[in-house]
Amino acid sequence: MLGRGLAVLGRAIREQPRIFAVAVTSSVLFGVMVIASAYVVGAVVGEVVVPSIADGSVAVGALALAAAALFGISVLRVVAIFGRRLGAGYMQYRLQAAYRRRVTRRYLDLPLAWHQRNATGTLLSNANSDVEAAWYPIAPLPFAVGTLVMLVGAIASLFLTDWALALVGLAVFPALFALNVVYSRRMAPRQARAQRLRAEVSGIAHESFDGALVVKTMGREAQETVRFSARAGELRDALISVGRLRGVFDPLLETLPSLGTLAVLVVGAVRLRHGAIGVTELVSVAFLFTVLAFPVRAIGWVLAELPRSVAGWDRVRRVLDATGEMPYGDRRLDPDPPAPASLAFHDVHFAYEPAEAHLPGVAVLGEVSFTVPAGKTVALVGPTGAGKSTVASLAVRLVDPRAGTVTLDGVDVRDLSAESLTSTVALVAQVPFVFDDTVRANITLDRPGIGDDDVWAALRLAEADGFVAALPDGLDTLVGERGTSLSGGQRQRLTLARALAGRPRLLVLDDATSAVDPRVEAAILAGLRAPAGGQGAAASILVVAYRRATIALADEVIYLEQGRVLARGTHRELLATVPGYADLVTAYEQAEREREQTRTYEEVTPLASGLEIEVDR
Amino acid sequence: MTSGEPQRPEATESAWRTMRRGLALSPELRVGLAGTLALALVYMVGRVAVPVAVQRGIDDGLTVAGGPDLGVVGAVAVATAAVLVVTTICGYLMMRRLFTVSETALANVRTRAFRHVHDLSMLHQQSERRGSLVSRVTSDVDQITQFLQWGGVILIVNLGQLVVTTAVMLAYSWRLTLVVIVAFAPAVLVIRALQRRLGAAYGVVRQRTGALLGTIAESVVGAPVIRAYGIAGRTSRRLDDAIDAQRTAQQRAIRISIMGSSVGELAAGVALAGVVVLGVLLGVDGSLSVGQLTAFLFLVTLFIQPVQIATEVLNEAQNAIAGWRRVLDVLDVAPDVADPGEQGRELPDGPLDIRFAGVSFAYPGSPPVLHDVTLDIPAKSRVAVVGETGSGKTTFAKLLTRLMDPTEGTVLLSGVPLDRVRFSSLRSRVVMVPQDGFLFDATVGENVRFARPELTDEQLTVAFTELGLADWLDGLPSGLDTPVGERGEALSVGERQLVALARAYVADPDLLVLDEATSAVDPATEVRLQRTLDAVTRGRTTLAIAHRLSTAQAADEVIVVDRGRIVQRGPHDELVRDPDSVYGLLYASWLEQTR
Repeated sequence: MLGRGLAVLGRAIREQPRIFAVAVTSSVLFGVMVIASAYVVGAVVGEVVVPSIADGSVAVGALALAAAALFGISVLRVVAIFGRRLGAGYMQYRLQAAYRRRVTRRYLDLPLAWHQRNATGTLLSNANSDVEAAWYPIAPLPFAVGTLVMLVGAIASLFLTDWALALVGLAVFPALFALNVVYSRRMAPRQARAQRLRAEVSGIAHESFDGALVVKTMGREAQETVRFSARAGELRDALISVGRLRGVFDPLLETLPSLGTLAVLVVGAVRLRHGAIGVTELVSVAFLFTVLAFPVRAIGWVLAELPRSVAGWDRVRRVLDATGEMPYGDRRLDPDPPAPASLAFHDVHFAYEPAEAHLPGVAVLGEVSFTVPAGKTVALVGPTGAGKSTVASLAVRLVDPRAGTVTLDGVDVRDLSAESLTSTVALVAQVPFVFDDTVRANITLDRPGIGDDDVWAALRLAEADGFVAALPDGLDTLVGERGTSLSGGQRQRLTLARALAGRPRLLVLDDATSAVDPRVEAAILAGLRAPAGGQGAAASILVVAYRRATIALADEVIYLEQGRVLARGTHRELLATVPGYADLVTAYEQAEREREQTRTYEEVTPLASGLEIEVDR
Repeated sequence: MTSGEPQRPEATESAWRTMRRGLALSPELRVGLAGTLALALVYMVGRVAVPVAVQRGIDDGLTVAGGPDLGVVGAVAVATAAVLVVTTICGYLMMRRLFTVSETALANVRTRAFRHVHDLSMLHQQSERRGSLVSRVTSDVDQITQFLQWGGVILIVNLGQLVVTTAVMLAYSWRLTLVVIVAFAPAVLVIRALQRRLGAAYGVVRQRTGALLGTIAESVVGAPVIRAYGIAGRTSRRLDDAIDAQRTAQQRAIRISIMGSSVGELAAGVALAGVVVLGVLLGVDGSLSVGQLTAFLFLVTLFIQPVQIATEVLNEAQNAIAGWRRVLDVLDVAPDVADPGEQGRELPDGPLDIRFAGVSFAYPGSPPVLHDVTLDIPAKSRVAVVGETGSGKTTFAKLLTRLMDPTEGTVLLSGVPLDRVRFSSLRSRVVMVPQDGFLFDATVGENVRFARPELTDEQLTVAFTELGLADWLDGLPSGLDTPVGERGEALSVGERQLVALARAYVADPDLLVLDEATSAVDPATEVRLQRTLDAVTRGRTTLAIAHRLSTAQAADEVIVVDRGRIVQRGPHDELVRDPDSVYGLLYASWLEQTR
């Protein structure tokens, strides 16, 4: 652990060599000043105070010099403290910022498949608390390094002063050092345990309060409190154990140098009697023991943080070393004038990569082939888990197939440049994602060439112009984190407008209107198929749909089951020939018939997904 | 106390008042406090033992006529060492007592606050405040305990050290003590002023850290959007800005903090120089010995450390006290829907009937949601409440389960006013299935037996069979032992609802209140949900807040709510006969949406 910890510190020093040099130089200066102050105090007592009091007269020059020396050392100490703390702080913050940048950049570069294998919470703490933990020991590091130099200097100066006093130093300083090492080694696991329990207590509170309604309506408050209190009790015991350890070591760390000073007094008295030293030396050494005790603890601070630092660094490294790129090609598609694009899947296979290398991946799609002809609308229908969203992701190249190809206007999407791909296709996902920004920025996303007129046109097409116009600041309204100030349907229409604003030539809607009123949905789709200009469709559309009304608008329906295309054709054809499709689409009618037969049970019959959103408080 | 905002007795309540309130709430903190403080005092004496020993050693042993007297020096050293052993032991005992007592008291406060949050009404538990309620029992209490572990001891010991050091200095020479105080007084003032700026600077750091976390979260959660729209450049710019903003704030804070310690350091230099000059003059006068002056130089260094540390720790102390105040404030909010407890009544046995007598309800500071509703629902009937969004229909569910109390009027179950019913009786007889069917991060079985932990696996399996879910249960990887994941996310939305319904079924209530789920699930799952729902409601009084009119069609009776009033009631077939009625219009638009 120590070796790996030092390796992490070494990396930090290599990354910020200059600022580290400033901090350590200052810290060494501080150490030298600490030793110097001891010798100056000793000299002042021995050379100025004792003779003056003995003679009963004041040597003004010597006194002024003594005062100036004491004050001068303080000034130098201030300079040293400034350099050390500022250097250490800047170094720590710079490293944190640099690594946050690298980690987040990596998130942006790694393919989506990698994101899907990692929990959101993990990725957040990798960029935040793990980076912080990795560089935490940097704050006391220069102090600790300076202290090491100071300890060596102190022992050297002791030997120069008197060998007998130096032996006292040789006994006390290493013991102090060892005590600090033992302290931090024993403290680290206790702190880690307390930290883990803190997270667990917090986890229980989060869950329990999230489920407050269930807890309350089932009257389980007492049991939940018992569950919470048990873990809070464990945390309490862990904290008491941390405190007890502190109670043992803190007083010991203070007493040890004091005992050293007493030893200096006794040994010094013997040496003084032999005439080997004077009062100056004795006071200097005694003072040195007093002022040295505190800095030595800095070494303990660094050591105490090392295990956490190594753990954090390992997690950060996992992200930085993660492999997998999704390079873009350099082919461009820009027909003039713009016309709807055609999409084709040729024998596409897809499987999610396993969480661990030795496990098999989960196959999602196999032998999927279909086309969306230019200007046409194709509906993708299938039961939950059939792979519809995966098809949508493949179509816009969020993921690449294991085998087979996806082409746009006949060109493999892997050969397209990033700009060409994103300007050709747009995906509107099932769950709308809204940035914590203005309505305008959420729609333009800073893409060039989208003016306010285009934004309003897109909003109109998505039937979102009405509510946006009613917002307090219109396009400049801030929508809040994840768009919390908007309803689910509003968020969906906003993301739809975002897609439309880029004038894509292929639009992929992944159940993107589920929270929108069916009439509005129909109007939106109709608008897309036949824009107000009067010409044909501006874009081809691939739409994942549940509602019959949506499906009815499609030129063709692809029926997907367990990752395979089971049938394709018009809605009418599929209804007549594919039993699975008919079952799915007519589930409601079937249930209704059942109810007719078992009238005695008064069976409840749903008619469609309940899409009304209750915004009651 | 009806306002939704947790009560704040005084926005700028003094730290002393908070501490008094806190002590009143946790009397265990006072236990043995005098003993702990006495131990602390002895511990602090150890800090001045060495300067005193140095003075004695020099004056009585080293600078006496005839050369150093080893016997005196040895005696002083042994005596001081003995004192140090005693003070070290006292230090250990003091900390041990302090940590045991304070951690125990705070763990109790934590648990009480947790329970109290659950006892607060729905109004206080609303989702937007949930996060802050969690921090009341987590980070706020953590802040106090962490302060006690580090800062608290440092504060006590250093303030004590300041006092003891000053006393010893005064004993040696009041004039030199004055020099030290004069040198430090301006420094303390400057440090206090800097401390305020530092507090503000740390505020900025916290705020920017929050913003940074938000931006990082956005880039992680929004990864598909960022990829699909090719806006990695924009995103990384936003990230870099947030990262740099946080770094600059941190750097600013540390600059202020260093200025504070520098001022203290300079003051120490001035004090040392002043002590030497004046001390020598006094020594020449004969009013101060070499040993006393030397001891003084030692004492001055003992003076710097507490001044610097205490001012730094004071900042932390303010945060900890603010955290304590927030916890106390939550505990001060009286639950506005209270359990009548022992004085309360039990609900009569058997099926329950419902009566709303002149019930009105308004959220604090808002117009009424329900107006003077009077309503009778016979036992064992299945009733659907329908209405537009915002019509007030979910308020029925909340009043019936006593998540809230009516502003006016009374809700009665089998003739007993709801606010007279003991919670233990109410919660076992009346069960609500909320919209989102929240599941705990446990197994399917543990979630289903939530209300009745005594049920065996066999009994649960029987219940699933009765609900027609036996094949679904068999299809799970480990049956009842299948973990459902955080918030049930390992299951689909529809499956979560199935588990929530099974949970309500085994609770075996006499009145079931359903807030119908609205999430989109595929039609096949939806049909299964409906069948399960039907099995769960059979033979019980059921009130369903219907979002789908299919539920209304199947109910014995439909209650139509419009703008807080009941405008129609009767069986579905009867209500649809009037196409221009509220229900007729609702039904027409429903048909249009679904056919």
